[in-house]
Amino acid sequence: MEKFTVLDLLQLDLKEHDALNLKCLGGRPGLIREIKMPELNRPGLALGGFFDSFAEQRLQIFGRGETSYLCKLEKEKKLSNIKKMFSFTLPCCVFTSNLEPPPQFFSLAEESGCPILQTDLSSSEFSTRIMRVLSNIFAPKKNVHGVLVEVFGIGVLIQGESGVGKSEIALELIERGHRLVADDAVEVRCVGGNFLMGKGVNVIASHHMEIRGLGIINVTHLFGVGAIRDKKQIQLLVQLEEWDTNKTYDRIGSEDSTIELLGVAVPYLQIPVKPGRNIPIIIETGAMNERLKKLGYHSAKEFSRSIMNWLETERARSVYFESQ
Amino acid sequence: MKEETVLVKNRAGIHARPAALLVQTASKFSSSVFLERNNERVNGKSIMGVITLGAVYNSEIKVIVEGDDEDKALQAIVALFEKKFEED
Repeated sequence: MEKFTVLDLLQLDLKEHDALNLKCLGGRPGLIREIKMPELNRPGLALGGFFDSFAEQRLQIFGRGETSYLCKLEKEKKLSNIKKMFSFTLPCCVFTSNLEPPPQFFSLAEESGCPILQTDLSSSEFSTRIMRVLSNIFAPKKNVHGVLVEVFGIGVLIQGESGVGKSEIALELIERGHRLVADDAVEVRCVGGNFLMGKGVNVIASHHMEIRGLGIINVTHLFGVGAIRDKKQIQLLVQLEEWDTNKTYDRIGSEDSTIELLGVAVPYLQIPVKPGRNIPIIIETGAMNERLKKLGYHSAKEFSRSIMNWLETERARSVYFESQ
Repeated sequence: MKEETVLVKNRAGIHARPAALLVQTASKFSSSVFLERNNERVNGKSIMGVITLGAVYNSEIKVIVEGDDEDKALQAIVALFEKKFEED
């Protein structure tokens, strides 16, 4: 993974309930400092002079308590603990609830090149938000080749050899009112160990598609904003392949196959492609069937069960008639 | 054209799984495959057809094959019935 610096944190484009509302007050040269772990520290003990097991690599959060203690230290001219704290290479100090850092603390931070950030959020709200943001950033990720579309609310990752028609199929799905998340290069992140989030590797390129014979098209401009989505959970993986006459394809579907992606089992469909086969409709139906399964109804299993019941009754009848 | 009458020997009869197995076997051959029970005839290469036959335990099924590889096809299909569709 690339280095994630304090500057990267400030430049994240986060909205609504993810917004961190951070601004930099000072220590700008330190913005290139790296954030190495998705964890926080309240530096109360360090300010009190206890530096054993001081979590220097974490983001330091200064709330009301810490800030008023800093003011008290400055009033009593006891700056040694603050100086000692800045002898560590802290990634940054964040003042919550729009609190202002006291002047001497501020100049010591400037001296040591430690960035001072400020947010209008309360300490607890800021903590939950930044934990969410950082755990996303530090989540294991992988770039995969394929098209990610949202079909009836199900995130479907379509994969297959190039030339099998992934983009054309995605285009047809968009035409039918579904949404494009990313074409060609999809970044998959494993969030919380069991949740796969997919989005375009590159924000600028993700809502463009390359269609052979047309070139690059802009999906947002052609189909409207309703036809795109920024990110989506991957809930179904469709593997397209050329129809192989020697291979047997699933005809019943009573056994659910899954495939592993970043350690998460994703429902998996293998769909053979041949000219004249309407793949978008098959994918739509597969997505709806996936929703049905989530609601607790498994078409293939229910079908199998009712056939078994029927055969059993038939047999009982024939045994009965024979005995008469 | 070749035909042979066989007995369904697996307890559950020809339900979804055996039907799929039968259809997959039949589809490997170019010959046309038909199954007949109580004078009702269905295409042996169609899953839904084979299931609707309602072939319960101990029922008689007539397998009819016609085409270039009819001998091999008939042999393979009869073998499935003999093996009880890998069940029981």
